[in-house]
Amino acid sequence: MHILAFLIRRSAQAVIVMLVISVIGFSIQDQLGDPLRELVGQSVSEAERDAMRDRMGLNDPFWVQYFRFLGNAVHGDLGNSYFFKKPALDVILAKFPATFELVIGATLIFVSISIPAGVYCAINPRSLLARAIMGGSIIGISVPIFLTAIFLIWIFAVELGWMPSYGRGETVTLPWGWPTGFLTRDGLAHLVLPSISLASIMLPLFVRLIRAEMMETLGTEYVRFAWAKGLTARRVWFVHAFRNTLLPVVTVGGMQIGTLIAYTILTETVFQWPGMGFLFLEAVNRVDTPLIIAYIIVVGLIFVVVNTIVDLVYTLINPMVKLPGAQG
Amino acid sequence: MLSLSAFTRRFLADPTAIGAFIVVAALVAMAVLAPWIAPHDPYDPLQIDIMDSEMPPSWMPGGEERFLLGTDPQGRGVLSTIMHGTGISLLIGIGAVIVQAFIGVSLGLISGYRGGWIDSFLMRLADIQMSLSTLMLAIISLAVFSAAFGPEAYAQYAIFFLILVIGVAEWPRYARTVRASVLAEKKKEYVDAARIIGLAPRIIMRRHILPNTLTPVLVISTIQVAEAIVTEAALSFLGLGMPVNRPSLGSLIRSGFEFIFSGSWWITLFPAIVLILLILSINLLGDWLRDTLNPKLRRGED
Repeated sequence: MHILAFLIRRSAQAVIVMLVISVIGFSIQDQLGDPLRELVGQSVSEAERDAMRDRMGLNDPFWVQYFRFLGNAVHGDLGNSYFFKKPALDVILAKFPATFELVIGATLIFVSISIPAGVYCAINPRSLLARAIMGGSIIGISVPIFLTAIFLIWIFAVELGWMPSYGRGETVTLPWGWPTGFLTRDGLAHLVLPSISLASIMLPLFVRLIRAEMMETLGTEYVRFAWAKGLTARRVWFVHAFRNTLLPVVTVGGMQIGTLIAYTILTETVFQWPGMGFLFLEAVNRVDTPLIIAYIIVVGLIFVVVNTIVDLVYTLINPMVKLPGAQG
Repeated sequence: MLSLSAFTRRFLADPTAIGAFIVVAALVAMAVLAPWIAPHDPYDPLQIDIMDSEMPPSWMPGGEERFLLGTDPQGRGVLSTIMHGTGISLLIGIGAVIVQAFIGVSLGLISGYRGGWIDSFLMRLADIQMSLSTLMLAIISLAVFSAAFGPEAYAQYAIFFLILVIGVAEWPRYARTVRASVLAEKKKEYVDAARIIGLAPRIIMRRHILPNTLTPVLVISTIQVAEAIVTEAALSFLGLGMPVNRPSLGSLIRSGFEFIFSGSWWITLFPAIVLILLILSINLLGDWLRDTLNPKLRRGED
């Protein structure tokens, strides 16, 4: 029962956030885009323009126009891109697989490194290696992601020539129309440097997070009790302590989705990776308003969906979490 | 709280803190004195000669004494542009932090002292804004500004837009920190006493509670400056920040990036090193300050 109430409340919140995003998106269109200028040339007279404006509903009050925009948006119609002359949503979604695969590549890298490193630092906080890892993590935090990316290109693509420096390489189209780079050697080679760059910025964050959570868990009563029972160190660390570390790590990790999307824009720009972020910056330079708005709405939707799922998973797994009423 | 002499003693006992402080002080001095000590004036078109473009550092074949760290594609000395660029990066970083602190401290005080629906509303807003991430908010707002104003007008006022956007985007961090200390202070007797003698809430907040919440504000401010500088550099690298003719460290890296492929690595590498040194030493200093002044306040725990 509680879960249902929580679900309703959380969905309502997600809808409100999306509505706010759509108002912002619409105000941008209202301020920036004059659809008439895109449709007709200079030769059309002022009177004719006004008549067209009236017919297209551009003289209607803000809210009337907004609800029309919202109605279209719900049906997946966000207008046509000025540059591509195609529906903006289709243009954005066609670039989604590239960004998604980049994020997957980066996630594989930083999860497989940060878990052992973070756990090790929590278990042996005073060891030399742990100090080196923690010291390295502050350097990692201090190097901006675009510099990591530039250094990787310079060393491995320009100087050594081992890796390709831009683009996605060869892709294979899966039956449902998803172009993937995971299935060709060339595609995988192109994925390596961008994934490492994107992972490099998340890695120190997660090492520190896992270490802090694990150290806290190691100090709790039940872990001390597990030691007292005479369990092996391995069992205490991995079965008792580490499992309980995962929950907050997953939650905080899920909350980083906004940051991660921002970093994909930077990574894609450096590697000219044909994803949504690169497309967005091109759209900004071309003042392609429908495409800018479509990007904001798609990213907003991804963000809201991921956050809601993370919250829900957390509520379902952790029986101690406070359900609505008690300070949501 | 720590007495000044104890603070100095701890500082002198920590080589990392001393090293970090020296680097920050040197970079700040370099930036402030740039107009006098820089070998060239990168803003003066009379001193720029396109024939000097893309020259390597002076110790390499083809380099000249005049340009110690080489020149960029427009013929400006890399050393001079770095000196001036560091100043712009610092100016935006510090300016943005002042805006953040002003908005965040005010809203944090109100939120903590008033409580009730204002508190819930502000904290919910802070949650949502934090999870959207500063960089994302900044990229989108600046993208919209630059599209709305057109590239020329935008470039002219870029410095204000950057300070404003990075400042507004990061207020929640200050608001949360201040709110937490206000909640703790509010329960103390001196606040009750002030209320009983009939002081207005505004006065109690400003004169009585505010001074007692300033230590954590100071502690986070150091790291906030580093974050603001990184954010500015990222935005300028994307072309949404400072223009090429008035470059920050980020825009210097942007303008040098494409020349890496033709082997002119110095245009990018030197500003990149300065940027990393600056951020790293501010971060180290901030971490040290946090551990010394307030061992409980940890980064990432807010």
